[in-house]
Amino acid sequence: MRDAPLLALRDYAISFATPDGTVRAVNGLDLGVQPGEVLAVVGESGSGKSQTFNGVFGLLARNATTSGEAKLEGRDLLGLSPRMLDQIRGRDMAMVFQDPMTALNPAMKIRKQLAETLTVHRGLSRREANAEALAIMKRVGIPEAERRIEQYPHQLSGGMRQRVVIAMALLCRPKLIVADEPTTALDVTIQAQILDLFRDLIAESGTALVLITHDLGVVAGIADRVAVMYAGRIVEEAEASELFARPAMPYTAALMRSIPRPDQDVEAVEPIPGRPPDLIRPPTGCPFHPRCRFVEDRCRRERPPLAEVAPGRQAACWFPFIDETAGTEAAQEAAHG
Amino acid sequence: MAETLLSVEHLSTIFELPGRTPFSASHELKAVNDVSFDLAKGETLGIVGESGCGKSTLGRSILRLIEPTEGRIVWQGHNLRDLSPRDMRKARRDLSIIFQDPIASLDPRMTVADIIAEPLRVSNPELSRKERRERVQTVMEEVGLAPQMANRYPHEFSGGQAQRIGIARAIVTEPKLIVCDEPVSALDVSIQAQIVSLLKRLKKRLGLTLIFISHDLSVVRLVSDRILVLYLGRIVELGPRREVFANPVHPYTQALLSAAPIPDPKIARQRGRIVIKGDPPSPVNPPSGCVFHTRCPIAREACAETVPPLDPVAPDHRAACLFAEEAMRMAQSGSEPEAQPSR
Repeated sequence: MRDAPLLALRDYAISFATPDGTVRAVNGLDLGVQPGEVLAVVGESGSGKSQTFNGVFGLLARNATTSGEAKLEGRDLLGLSPRMLDQIRGRDMAMVFQDPMTALNPAMKIRKQLAETLTVHRGLSRREANAEALAIMKRVGIPEAERRIEQYPHQLSGGMRQRVVIAMALLCRPKLIVADEPTTALDVTIQAQILDLFRDLIAESGTALVLITHDLGVVAGIADRVAVMYAGRIVEEAEASELFARPAMPYTAALMRSIPRPDQDVEAVEPIPGRPPDLIRPPTGCPFHPRCRFVEDRCRRERPPLAEVAPGRQAACWFPFIDETAGTEAAQEAAHG
Repeated sequence: MAETLLSVEHLSTIFELPGRTPFSASHELKAVNDVSFDLAKGETLGIVGESGCGKSTLGRSILRLIEPTEGRIVWQGHNLRDLSPRDMRKARRDLSIIFQDPIASLDPRMTVADIIAEPLRVSNPELSRKERRERVQTVMEEVGLAPQMANRYPHEFSGGQAQRIGIARAIVTEPKLIVCDEPVSALDVSIQAQIVSLLKRLKKRLGLTLIFISHDLSVVRLVSDRILVLYLGRIVELGPRREVFANPVHPYTQALLSAAPIPDPKIARQRGRIVIKGDPPSPVNPPSGCVFHTRCPIAREACAETVPPLDPVAPDHRAACLFAEEAMRMAQSGSEPEAQPSR
């Protein structure tokens, strides 16, 4: 059962005008984010995963053109004036980036940065804002919060800075947080701490989280649902457990076979041949067809739409793996005759 | 036991950091602190650890790309640190390195062929131009670069192809040992597998010995025969891959392995995790005794006083922990530590 989505992207597209031609970064995207869910958006560089949400937040470069719809609780964000968008950002939706310094002012003490958001967006008095800022610093697990809040961002470690940014994102109790590779720059032990923090905060606040990442390990640990992007399109969407157990689209399956695991001895991984497509001159038909080992004539000619292949599962493939044993070698060979 | 190719003995690399003002004292940063290990011919030694643990400095110190401060690097009967610049240049033929950022590590004004040929000019000056060109062609083929790419420039290449150029440059002198410093960390997942597979194939074909430095435990598990775990410049554990991954002894290794994300939701959500609190301490002012004691779940008073020796815990497997047996029991039972933390 689906409620009305919190964020709904419909036929959403982003292109960039460059001297070499038009880069079609995002194409005809349909995606819904449900209230309170953790949706992982997975893809390699150039897949359009970051641009999709930069567009939602009005953070695209000047040479970008967007089209389609991006509605937050029914309100289209694409046509909004910068002032209107400013009101929504921070209050209803917030973004966390890979590098915490992009969100922090290096010349301002942490306390002031946190309190300012509260006085501006929630109309708290200075005293209330200071008290709440300290409370949230403690909530995100910063040791010696009383001392740290009086410091400048550079005096904090990378992990602590990312905690501060998360604290800042949570200040106005937004309905949606988009986190773009929030743990990619961190060490694994710190990454584990930050992901635990996200998991707890999401559970207690009911905020929806969109996690943009290239790391399938991170996805497996936290996501309810996963959208896989390739060449500016969603090529597969499913519940996380389903997607990992039975990938339906050959790209997803190939991606999973190409990654080594920390918990198993494997002697070899299976690389995906070739490289991601040129977005100025994308391939005809299915964008993955030049790298797909199951390619057939139809894949070269016609682009498969994202379609339901099983209840609650969507894939953009003419020959998806959908039966019980899908994902195994035999089933894949059989599906492709 | 295979023939030992290289012995690192009590190696330390210390950086002098200036004081905050011209009048205050300078500090020492022991990036590599009393590290010893042997490298067997034909093996791949994975060096793992988090940022700032000294793994890159260790790799570069072994090749004297950074001058170590103390200790010996014994290579073919000689201490590399005693070699004259001339002899060192000769030795460099056998010792090579691959860097993390494939594009930044290539000179943008040189053609691919010139980049790959450069180490030959230094180490094999006797080669004629023609011989050099032939050698470059051979290695380009070896790493999967088309011959017509020889006259192009690095910016025309994707990250994966640029790393192939870096690998070609590293093998052109027919080295015996290559230090791979995070060679796939900057690459996309699907390209990482291509480069790792290439390195594994080359290692077998050319009989190479590799030191593979990475923060990514999955990649290290895939390529390594033995694992060396570094924390704040010190070896905390060293052993065969299977042993270290299946039965990690040092509490830091246990925490590191249990934090590595597993791409399987079922396992990822069921496994017990050892979460260590806090950030790594500053290497400028490392903790006394065992460097890990400030974050260790089983630390006791003794840990703050005594530097634990790297002692055998199983055949070929060593760990630097005063309470190794207890740590092992903890890992096997998956239970909470018996001891109360000292703080």
